[in-house]
Amino acid sequence: MKLSSWGRLSDDNYPATVLSREIGNQQLTPSDNGETSIVYGMGRSYGDVCLNPGGGVYLSNGLDRLCSFDATSGELICEAGVLLKDIQTLFSAKGWMLPVTPGTQYVTVGGAVANDVHGKNHHSHGCFSSHINWIRLARTDREDFVCSPTKEASWFNATTGGLGLTGIIKEVSLNLRRVSSCWLDTETLTYSSLAEFSQISKDSEDDWEYTVSWIDCNSRKHNRGIFIRANHSQSGAESTPTKSRLRVPLVPPLSLVNRMTLTAFNQAYFLSQKQKSGMGKSHYQSYFYPLDGILDWNRMYGPKGFYQYQLVVPYESGMPAIKAILHEIAVSGQGSFLSVLKTFGDAPSPGLLSFPMEGLTLALDFPNRGDITLQLFRRIDAIVAEAGGRLYPAKDARMPAELFTAGYPHLPEFLLYRDPGLSSGFSKRVMGW
Amino acid sequence: MKRFIIIGATSSIAEHCARLWIAEAPINLTLVGRDASRTKSIADDLKVRSPGSAITVVSGNLVEPESIQRLVNQILKDGNADCALIAHGSLADQSACQQDLALTAEELSINGISPVLFAEAIANSMVRAGHGTLGVIGSVAGDRGRKSNYVYGAGKGLVARYAQGLQHRLAGTGVTVTLIKPGPTRTPMTAHLGDSGPSLADVAKVAATIVSGMEKRRNVVYAPRRWWVIMMIIRHLPRFIFNKMDI
Repeated sequence: MKLSSWGRLSDDNYPATVLSREIGNQQLTPSDNGETSIVYGMGRSYGDVCLNPGGGVYLSNGLDRLCSFDATSGELICEAGVLLKDIQTLFSAKGWMLPVTPGTQYVTVGGAVANDVHGKNHHSHGCFSSHINWIRLARTDREDFVCSPTKEASWFNATTGGLGLTGIIKEVSLNLRRVSSCWLDTETLTYSSLAEFSQISKDSEDDWEYTVSWIDCNSRKHNRGIFIRANHSQSGAESTPTKSRLRVPLVPPLSLVNRMTLTAFNQAYFLSQKQKSGMGKSHYQSYFYPLDGILDWNRMYGPKGFYQYQLVVPYESGMPAIKAILHEIAVSGQGSFLSVLKTFGDAPSPGLLSFPMEGLTLALDFPNRGDITLQLFRRIDAIVAEAGGRLYPAKDARMPAELFTAGYPHLPEFLLYRDPGLSSGFSKRVMGW
Repeated sequence: MKRFIIIGATSSIAEHCARLWIAEAPINLTLVGRDASRTKSIADDLKVRSPGSAITVVSGNLVEPESIQRLVNQILKDGNADCALIAHGSLADQSACQQDLALTAEELSINGISPVLFAEAIANSMVRAGHGTLGVIGSVAGDRGRKSNYVYGAGKGLVARYAQGLQHRLAGTGVTVTLIKPGPTRTPMTAHLGDSGPSLADVAKVAATIVSGMEKRRNVVYAPRRWWVIMMIIRHLPRFIFNKMDI
């Protein structure tokens, strides 16, 4: 079947096998011609960690059952193809939510584990894998087994953030958390320099669970942006807002994101948010998942698709690096509506290849304009490498192998746990298999 | 609590219908399946989704008439069902059937005779109770026989003609019979079709169409709805055109 990832950079045909609870490791054996596969869930990673040109895919949509929920401890056991959206919708009504969620709820639990996703509360709650009790892993070369932080811990560490390459994640036990409300008390602030961003971030860390900021990556004059921080409201009983169901109905012949629209959009967005400065209230769906309100928003980048570029750099070298990167982007005239700047806390990630580390993370998207976009990335790569940072595989479609190797010092250890029957476009590109 | 029964509960379409029913309000639900452990994992999922619902699993032979009567008696001994969905089926391998009469008989039995026997047994109970909604899953394949799957189509066609007769019999009573005709749907049953076949509909959307059609007490529900138009055309194509088509 034809599959793309969220960046829509490719649209290849793959032999696909639907996974189910009943499927055993005999059926997972690589085919006679040595073709290897990767699990495809919702295709929400941006590049090629969920794709596998020249190989096959396993579809996790057949693994969509909830197995049990303990209403005392909050432990939820479910199959890997369950969507975060289903968990949030079902359990938030009962006062429970996922402790960590990425910026879209249209991802599977398996995908969240494999990419060890993070959310706006990284500084207070760590990443997705910090809340997992155990994972049931199916290997193409041995029977199913369970790994956890205490049992088969090395497998657990390789699998969280392991990009689906250590085996097929079939079932996961994770802890939900009690929340006082599905609504959040928010405060919106503006900043006009990175120093100011840094100060607001620091001031927010203790008293605000969620922090995120949008930054205008086209402004050459100063690094202005909007900082939004939030906590769950204390009062619980408020209604769910009616859902708006917007959709980008088709792929426009040209990217709607270009030099002209960008400047205008960023200006308009900054001013409209500035007006909203101060305290407010927001439902979790619009605060956590603003873009889920526009279905198929990735189509607006036109037929050539787009790249996402997310980096993290350590604090010490971080600010000058971020400043230099923003300068490169502003000068290039490329760049995005949706530039996000955030701090990561010091919570350790168990995953050998987990992306988050203490420091500053910047996420940007760029319409695919071919070589000039790739050239810009190479210039940013150099700044990231110099600062001792790394890129997020879930967002990546082009990082060179050297940058990956330099950014992920546990890579040699990780390689001991790979499943010989699995590979992805990403593994072929940066690890050579 | 309303009482629901699903025959062939491991059918993906039926499982998604059940998710929709329990999402509305807690219900009393009996899942009947051939394979007890597979049926149980569906029951577990539904219990997590709706802790207030009472869900029981019953397993047994779904083909033998005596076993069917026994299963239905067992399920209905505590009272009538408000709603029953008969969902089981098997997508026959047409070319294998052409070489093997025993296989053909088996496919006709599981897709045609068995659902009819279940419907008959449950309908009688609903008639006695004076109310009920009975949904039977047929298929668009039952609308016109074609070379690529006429054994499957014949079984489903049998269900269609039976449902039509039962609707005639029960007209004016409190019992409604809904014949459901899904188009090709993305389920484990169609997993092997890959890209060679028609584009497959999303199973959750198909289930939503079925649930709303049964609630509205429609006689026939095509899911997705566009198949009503497609099958209208296919049913009326003159034979000299139809016979030239490779479908």
